[in-house]
Amino acid sequence: MAHTLNNKKSEILELWMKNQLADSGLRDDLISNKDLRVQSEELVNALITNLNDNNINNSQSPDFDKVTELLGGISISRARQGFSPRETGNFILTLKEALLEILRQEPSDVNVLFEESLKLSRLLDNFTILTFETFIKGREEVILRQTDEITDISTPVIKVWDGILAMPIIGTLDSARTQVVMENLLQKIVETGSSIAILDISGVPAVDSLVAQHLLKTVSATRLMGADCIISGIRPEIAQTIVHLGIDLSQIITKASLAGALQYAFKSLRLEVKRSALEVNGIANIQ
Amino acid sequence: MERIPILKLGAFLLVTIQIDLYDRLALHLEEDLVAMVEKKSVKGVLIDISAVGIVDSFMGRILGNIGSMCKLLDAETVVVGMQPAVAITLVELGLPLKGVYTALNVDKGMELLRSKIEIEDTIGDDYDDDTSPN
Repeated sequence: MAHTLNNKKSEILELWMKNQLADSGLRDDLISNKDLRVQSEELVNALITNLNDNNINNSQSPDFDKVTELLGGISISRARQGFSPRETGNFILTLKEALLEILRQEPSDVNVLFEESLKLSRLLDNFTILTFETFIKGREEVILRQTDEITDISTPVIKVWDGILAMPIIGTLDSARTQVVMENLLQKIVETGSSIAILDISGVPAVDSLVAQHLLKTVSATRLMGADCIISGIRPEIAQTIVHLGIDLSQIITKASLAGALQYAFKSLRLEVKRSALEVNGIANIQ
Repeated sequence: MERIPILKLGAFLLVTIQIDLYDRLALHLEEDLVAMVEKKSVKGVLIDISAVGIVDSFMGRILGNIGSMCKLLDAETVVVGMQPAVAITLVELGLPLKGVYTALNVDKGMELLRSKIEIEDTIGDDYDDDTSPN
């Protein structure tokens, strides 16, 4: 059988390509037909060349190392490109159909044909499973990387004015996050010599007693460093929850909006924001 | 016997802790500082801990105690230059140093002490302003 398939390599490729292109789930927006053909050709070559009557029952055989490697690369790249599991699965399943079709064209005994189809199916199924495993692993890598990125980007410290830092907190504050938030903020206070830090919690979906405790800790640590900490962006619902839970935030300066906090910061640094005379004239002229 | 030097700077005392405080050294510092505050009748104490990288609960308590003791002797205490790691440790230990003021660096600490003492002096009437003729 291996011999037959080896002779019909190009036919298999053509049939497989036809199957793939006919498939309604073809993603020509993600991969060009040319690239798909190159990938398919490589895989068919690797599979058919290494296939013989001895290793057809053993997908783990070292003969298939090249195939495994190719499949792994293809599934990982597909996971990253955003292919769905069905589309990735179809890639290898259409190959199976093509191979069985070629086998059927060979004149042989029904029993023999059945045996051979079974073997071939089993081998290809194993490869499908492998593809899926790698595909999922690729997706998990993407998710892990994104988790890291989210933790990194969600705790930026912004210098809003000379001596004033602001830190918008997005997402729920847990112990690990608080640690990162606190360290970033304190480090930045040392670096910039700022005397006021504003913690904006408008992006925090809910405040429970634990989150409040974390906030209090951050405020205490900031105070120990010699800076004042203002909490801003307290939404009405959050204010309600805080009072209902009986959390005492009276020692902390709290403001409803970042603007309010900034105003307070300017006041305590004895700064004033004034509209310049020129601009007043400009507005008057427009009117 | 190793001791931490206490410098007198105008109406203030300046203490710079350059080494890791072990318990006995901290106790000596507390003792010397309180004695000095009484003897020189200073108005403020500035403790610079920017070189301190490690604190324990004992050291945190000593700092708090110094603050309370100086307050009893009518002097304000400012702790300046605390490292982020030290601040986090103290908060985790539940020692937010209630009795002392804090500032980022010696400059800001001095400014804070001066403003505190000015406020006190404007409240009390027994203050003779050097710059004013009477």
